[in-house]
Amino acid sequence: MELFELLNFYVIPGIVLGSIYALGAVGITLIFAILRYAHLAHGDLATLGAFIALAVVTGLGVSPLVALPVAILATAAVAVGIDKVFYEHLRERPKIVTVMASLGIALMVRSVIQVVWGVDTETYSRGIVRPEDYFGLRIRDREIYTVVALIVLVGGLQLFLTRSKWGKAMRAMSDNPNLALLSGIDNKKVVMLTWVIAGGLCAASGFFLGLNTELKSMMGWYMLLPMFAAAILGGVGRVEGAVLGGLIVGIAEELSVLVIPSEYKAAMAFVILLFMLLVRPTGLLKGKVL
Amino acid sequence: MELLGLVNYALFMAIFICIYALLALGLNIQWGFAGLFNAGIAGFFAVGAYTSAILTTAMDPDRIGGFDLHFIVGWIGAMLAAALVAWPIGKICLRFRSDYLAIASIGIAEIIRLVIKSEPALTNGARGIASIPRPAGDIGYMESQIAYLAIVLVVLIAAYILVERQFNAPWGRMMRAIRDNEGAAKAMGKDVEFRRLEAFIFGAALMGLGGALFAHFNRSITPEAIDPMVATFLVWIMLILGGSGNNRGAILGAAVVWIIWSVSEIATDRLPHEYAVQAKYIRLFLIGLMLQLVLRFRPEGLLPEPLRGDLRSTKPGADR
Repeated sequence: MELFELLNFYVIPGIVLGSIYALGAVGITLIFAILRYAHLAHGDLATLGAFIALAVVTGLGVSPLVALPVAILATAAVAVGIDKVFYEHLRERPKIVTVMASLGIALMVRSVIQVVWGVDTETYSRGIVRPEDYFGLRIRDREIYTVVALIVLVGGLQLFLTRSKWGKAMRAMSDNPNLALLSGIDNKKVVMLTWVIAGGLCAASGFFLGLNTELKSMMGWYMLLPMFAAAILGGVGRVEGAVLGGLIVGIAEELSVLVIPSEYKAAMAFVILLFMLLVRPTGLLKGKVL
Repeated sequence: MELLGLVNYALFMAIFICIYALLALGLNIQWGFAGLFNAGIAGFFAVGAYTSAILTTAMDPDRIGGFDLHFIVGWIGAMLAAALVAWPIGKICLRFRSDYLAIASIGIAEIIRLVIKSEPALTNGARGIASIPRPAGDIGYMESQIAYLAIVLVVLIAAYILVERQFNAPWGRMMRAIRDNEGAAKAMGKDVEFRRLEAFIFGAALMGLGGALFAHFNRSITPEAIDPMVATFLVWIMLILGGSGNNRGAILGAAVVWIIWSVSEIATDRLPHEYAVQAKYIRLFLIGLMLQLVLRFRPEGLLPEPLRGDLRSTKPGADR
């Protein structure tokens, strides 16, 4: 029974939380590797995705899962738009300037959310969902959806990156931008594709956080640190590393309450981040270090 | 009466500008001199504020301290504490590109926020620490405001002179060399990591001092006293708009941004309540937009960084 308690109350929530982090971390790792800067507005873009889904759910009265694709597409469009309007002209300047701009974008996206949807806590559906019993494991449907979505989305992305022409172009840009440009890869298209993918995954991440907990205007910002910890833990530029990192950070956060006061759960990601930078900055799967 | 209120408001604003100017100066050491991205300004600010509060308040059985020390001790303690927090972070992150420092500094600000919220033995929890002695605080209200402004001004001018001296000294030249061409500076035998760490710690200490000045002015410090994201961001826009790498620019930026920020607050406070909340976020949006516009159209700021090398090698006015 002890084992089931551990699994039901810590490991399963950890995997769900980890899947949410992983969805965001994949986008962060792609941006870090291909565009070569830390994108600090990632968390707030995730919040935006979650609230767009909320607008679809309340506006059209459809189930949240139907709203997800809409949110993914809309957030991807917003991400591309932000890049075009705010980041594109900073491309020739030192990359750290774009990091700063992204901090400003984080504030702007959040204030748009706060103006449009207010600062109150929202949910996609009311009422308590009771978990179902699978041979002693207590799992809610939405938790299954989260993990399935992670597998489908990241699996699809991995196929795209390894099999398609544009996916290969993206990987080439990440490995060696000069060589990639020299061999005729269209930088603009690669950048746009990166934003479409990162924005879409971001929205999915925010959506599932909202589905499993609640929607708050600050939720994405608080998710930023775990997502970065996951990306660096897995190795910058490695999609499968980001997934692995996300799951480890999520499970570590949930398990940490067994040893440290629960108020400091959020500190776990920070500890992992510093520890990785200290002992193995390339991450578990040998990513790159900028 | 009307005039008195106005004078009082101006004093209030001037004190805040001085405090923010100190923060901007601290950030200028980190970003302007050394190119280090610190997104956790509010964290160092809070460390300074609480340290000084603990050192200078009267004994309180509910928490650690009050040690009832002189405020000067409190302020020095604030600087030391902020520097001490900056040290391990810098030590770990400064080996890499500044992006990592940006992430880690967001993290450290977050941890500091958590500690303040959940360690009542240290910070008295949500109620915060009250009755912090204000220097020259026991004379009349107006006199005390004026006296405090004078004290803050003296601190700011002292900090400005010291930082400016540092900027013109070989140390400052070396920092700019490291910022602009790390490889070349390394080849000249400069210990890049250690120098960056120095800049990061000096800057953090100034931010801690800013926090202490704020706590003593307010006479209390609570977790809600400042919004971490807003404060951090305001300091950034102050420095970028004023001109990073230019100490006078940092101070000018602090004045301009703070005046815009607080005057716009007066404007939005007059709105009916249901719009007032939204107006607050519209102000935040506009301040974010302002950063984007400055970065795009005037990245060097109002007062650009002086390029002393050019003056020496060319005749005055030859570059025009």
